[in-house]
Amino acid sequence: MSLAKAIETGDLTQLPSRRDEDWRWTDLRGLLRELPKRGASTGVPTEGPFAALGGDVWLYVDGRKPANDAAVAALASEDVIQLRFVATAGGAANASQGLLVEPGANVVLLESYEAPADQAVTSVELKIYVAEGASLERIVIVDDRAESVTVSQADVTLAPGASYAQTILTTGARRQRIETRVAHPGEGATVRLDGAYLLREQRHADLTTTVTHSGLDGQTSELTKGVVHDQARGVFQGRIVVEKGADQTDARMGHHALILSDKAEVDAKPELLIFADDVQCAHGNTVGALDENALFYARQRGIPLEEARALLTTAFVGEVVDRIQHEGAREVAAAWVAKQLGQAQ
Amino acid sequence: MTMLSINNLHASVGDKPILKGLTLDVPAGEVHAIMGPNGAGKSTLSYVLTGRDGYEVTDGSATLDGVDLLGQAPEARAARGLYLSFQYPLEIPGVPALTFIRTAVNAQRKARGEAEISAPEFLKKARATAAALKIDFDMLKRALNVGFSGGEKKRMEIFQMAMLEPRFLILDETDSGLDIDALRIVSEGVNAMRSPDRAMLVITHYQRLLDYIKPDRVHVMSAGRIVASGGPELAHELEKDGYDKYVRAAA
Repeated sequence: MSLAKAIETGDLTQLPSRRDEDWRWTDLRGLLRELPKRGASTGVPTEGPFAALGGDVWLYVDGRKPANDAAVAALASEDVIQLRFVATAGGAANASQGLLVEPGANVVLLESYEAPADQAVTSVELKIYVAEGASLERIVIVDDRAESVTVSQADVTLAPGASYAQTILTTGARRQRIETRVAHPGEGATVRLDGAYLLREQRHADLTTTVTHSGLDGQTSELTKGVVHDQARGVFQGRIVVEKGADQTDARMGHHALILSDKAEVDAKPELLIFADDVQCAHGNTVGALDENALFYARQRGIPLEEARALLTTAFVGEVVDRIQHEGAREVAAAWVAKQLGQAQ
Repeated sequence: MTMLSINNLHASVGDKPILKGLTLDVPAGEVHAIMGPNGAGKSTLSYVLTGRDGYEVTDGSATLDGVDLLGQAPEARAARGLYLSFQYPLEIPGVPALTFIRTAVNAQRKARGEAEISAPEFLKKARATAAALKIDFDMLKRALNVGFSGGEKKRMEIFQMAMLEPRFLILDETDSGLDIDALRIVSEGVNAMRSPDRAMLVITHYQRLLDYIKPDRVHVMSAGRIVASGGPELAHELEKDGYDKYVRAAA
């Protein structure tokens, strides 16, 4: 059951629905009565959000792969690559890509979802393998349209001693799911999974992660933050599984959201499933309003209410941005967040 | 010339009346102290003047330079030159102190129709001010007040005040949580701001602060009103005799 399957077959009963436990807050079957028809192409924007950072750019337009591209691409040495998924014509589209980060390589993956078309139903599936001693940092900026329905799923498998870090930044869509599943072997491998959802109007974003620790001595650190305005809805599902024998696992998960309107909603489900004895696992989950006292303090100093709100919410999300290692990507991310939160209501 | 003029001010928090007909004038160039027992409404007065939500004015008026204060947003009052040094300064996670203060300086300038302060000018002034207040400059790069000690927070209040150059200063229990050395440094910072076209309202529990910041007038507040006024000697009398007779008179 998946959106990809439904698009491939045209069979909408393949869509996940609220009866599927992992999809209960992101019902696609109840939402999509039909798949939209492809419209006229609006053209591809010349530059994606990471344009200034260089590296190879792979462009996926309405589900079409770049020419001559292998199903699994091998990435070596110190690569920076950009994956741009662009919806130009509305309609339904699938894309998939396999990535292999070769042993010892240090790769930065800059991934963007751009939607010039008004309405699109898209599914993107990535399969990522990070080999022994290699590292991958993945930074994702998702700019969908308000009427889009999108799912992006990444399956990540790590070898011993590998490290994987990701930061997902999204403004949501009509319905949107961004999911990451990590097979964590322990054995000195490390994982950082971060995200921020900044939602306005009636947008929806669902950040779902599963990390499965299967071996000794693995580390995972997760931090997700949300800022939800108007009637928007944020969903966070974070699952960490520590299998039998995965002792000395150190796994921490935090999810913190600000609700800035009475009609906004945040649904959170942090889960720790621990079958090993000697582990350190913790999760923290908070959902609240902006601190009124801090707002008054800023206003007493002369900072107007809207600017004070933007300052405090940007700082709130800043903790996620600050964890991005790649300096250029961090700057792009910080500017993107400031732009999303600085807008007047 | 009267700078701050408060006339028959009544204010409530929730349904509870706290200020019950407070009248007070502070002329330009003067420092006035307000002393009084716990619960007299001293902090309420500072919040009503600066426009905090939840403090409802039910009667009376307050003007700064002859212009009504009470109908304005807190940020508009700040841009007019009103500054409150908080009894309990807030922590602002994720916002470096310098960023916060520069944002405030420029917001006030914009509200007054002035040009923004240039980065070099701002930094130069910040360095000099920090040195005078014995604030480590690196501390200004950290998130404002996060993890700062009580004394450091109070010094940061004075630092912000010096950077913003307000016309009217309200110091709410600025001496609380300060050791003698910090009290001296903070007081020197406040005294450096005294000038003929600036005035101050110093709210304090104890006479101790007034040895460092010498007031022109001392007012006793009890049960939401000013019940006695006098010269600096009144503070010493209160220190010796306590507030008892004023509390009884006001009841």
